[in-house]
Amino acid sequence: MGAAISVRNVSKSYSLNQGGRFVALGNVSFEVRPGEFLVLVGPSGCGKTTLLDLIDGLSLADGGSILIDCVPVKGPGLDRGIVFQQYALFPWKTAKGNIEFGLEARGVPKAERAARAAHFLDLVDLADFGDRYPHQLSGGMKQRIAIARALSYDPEVLLMDEPFAALDAQTRERLQDETLRIWRQTGKTIVFITHSIDEAVYLGQRVLVMAAGPGRIVADIAIDIDRGADDLRATPEFVALRHRIWQLFHPEATAAARVVRDGVRQSTASEESRAS
Amino acid sequence: MSTSVDRLVEASGSSGPGHFARRAARLLRGTVAIFAFLAAWEILPRLGLVDTTFLPPFSTALSAFVEMARSGELVEHLAASAGRAFSGLILAVAVGVPLGLVIGWYRSVAEILNPLLELFRNTAPLALLPVFVLMLGMGEVSKVAMVFYACLWPILLNTVAGAREVDPLLIRSARSMALSQTRLFTRVVVPASLPSIFTGIRIAGAYSILVLIAAEMVGAKAGLGYLVNYAQFTFEIPKMYAGIVTLSLLGLVLNEVLVLAERRLTAWKGDA
Repeated sequence: MGAAISVRNVSKSYSLNQGGRFVALGNVSFEVRPGEFLVLVGPSGCGKTTLLDLIDGLSLADGGSILIDCVPVKGPGLDRGIVFQQYALFPWKTAKGNIEFGLEARGVPKAERAARAAHFLDLVDLADFGDRYPHQLSGGMKQRIAIARALSYDPEVLLMDEPFAALDAQTRERLQDETLRIWRQTGKTIVFITHSIDEAVYLGQRVLVMAAGPGRIVADIAIDIDRGADDLRATPEFVALRHRIWQLFHPEATAAARVVRDGVRQSTASEESRAS
Repeated sequence: MSTSVDRLVEASGSSGPGHFARRAARLLRGTVAIFAFLAAWEILPRLGLVDTTFLPPFSTALSAFVEMARSGELVEHLAASAGRAFSGLILAVAVGVPLGLVIGWYRSVAEILNPLLELFRNTAPLALLPVFVLMLGMGEVSKVAMVFYACLWPILLNTVAGAREVDPLLIRSARSMALSQTRLFTRVVVPASLPSIFTGIRIAGAYSILVLIAAEMVGAKAGLGYLVNYAQFTFEIPKMYAGIVTLSLLGLVLNEVLVLAERRLTAWKGDA
C-alpha cells in the first residue's frame, strides 16, 4: 500500500551564475493521501521538477519539511521510486538487467532476482523483451522498463517526472492507461508531473496547479469524473475541468492579451493626436 | 504442383552464386588497393624506375621474410618487440584506468591534476627517451618503461574524460535507488566510462609500437626496431624491408585484437 506524503512550507532557491538567487519554490504545502494519484501540472519553470527532486531526496529543501508516512526525507530511499522523462536506463544492461539493478539495490538475493524481474517485465507487458538492450527498444518500451525498474524495489511512492513527454501521442495514451492500470493493481501513491493539462485531468484523482515566479501552488482541484466513460476526453465533465485548469494556467495569457489590446489602443490614440 | 516447387528450389538455388559473387566483389574492394601497392612495389624496381639497391622488388623482400621466418631469426625479434609492447601497454592499462576513473570521478582531484596531466601529455615521449636510458639503463626496463609512459597518457586522459562525462541523469537515477558512493562508482561510473576507456586503449596500442621501435633503434640487441636499423647498417636491404613489413603486421594484429575486445565489452552500444 502507498504511503502518505506531507509537504510543509517547503522552499528552495538556487544561486545564479550572474549573482543573486533564483527562487524555484516559495513556501509550498500540500498533502497526499496513501494510495492517491496526484498530478502536479504547471508551465515550465514553475518548480515542478525541483519539487519532485525534493520529495525523492535527490536535493534538500532550504526550508520546511517533507514527510513520507511521518518520516522526514533526508535523502533518496527505496520507499520512493522515480521515473524520469528521459528513461535513464543503464545502456550497458538489458531490460531485465535494468530491473534486476533495482532489485539488487533493494538487497534481493541473486537467485530470486530473475524470477522477480520476469514478474515486473510481465507487469509492463514486455515479457518477451527482457534480453534487449535499451538501444534496441522504442521510447515507449524504454519508459515501461523504467517504470518496471522503479516498481521492482517495491517503493510505497512512485514519482513520475513528465514520463511521457518525449513519446508520440498514441504511445503516450497507451502508457497513460497502463499507468492507471498499474496504479490500481499495486495501490502505490503516485505523484505525477506534467505540463499537459489533458494528461493531468486524465490521470489524476486530484490535480495541483502550479505557477512560476516563485514556484507555488495556485489551485487544488479534485477530479471527479466517471472513468468508465467511452472516450473520456470528449465528455463535457472532462472538457469543463480541462478548461478550468487552462484558465488557471494562463492568467498571464489573458493579462498579456489585455496589455496588447490596451497598448494598441494607446498607440493609435497618440498617432491620432500627432496627426491632428 | 511439384514443378512449381522445383522452380522455387531452383530460384532460391540461383541466389547462391549471386551471393557468392557479391562476397567476392566485397573482398576485391577490400584488397584491391593493397594489391595495387604491392604490384607497384614489385614492378617499379624491376623496370629500373627505382634503384633496386635501395628498394628491392617486393618478392625479394618477401623471400628475405620467408628465409628469416624459417631460420627463427624473425620470431626472436618479433617476440622481443611484442613482449615489450604488450608489457608496457598492459601496465599502462593497469595504472591508467583506475587512476583515470578516480581522477575523473572526484572533481576536485581532476581540477588539481589536470594542468599537470596536460603538460605531461604534450611532452613527446621520445624526448624523454634519453632520460629513461640515463636512469634505467639500456636493458628491457627502460624500453618497457618507455612504452608504459607513452601509453599511459591516452588511456589516462580518455578514462578521465569518460568518468567525468557520465550522463548526469544516470547518476541521478542510481542515486534515487539509494546506492552508496562506492557502488555508484563501481556499478555506474565504471561501465558508463568503458567506451571512452577503450578509445584510449586503442590509441595507446598504436603508440606502444611506434615508441618501442624508436627505443629499439636507439639501443637494443633484439627486436624489430633493432632488426630494421641493424639491417640498414649492414646493408641487408631486403632484410630491412622484411622487418618493416613484420612491424606493420604486428601493428595490424594488435589493433584488430583491441577492436575485437572493445566490440565484445561494449556490445550494448549497438551500431548507433
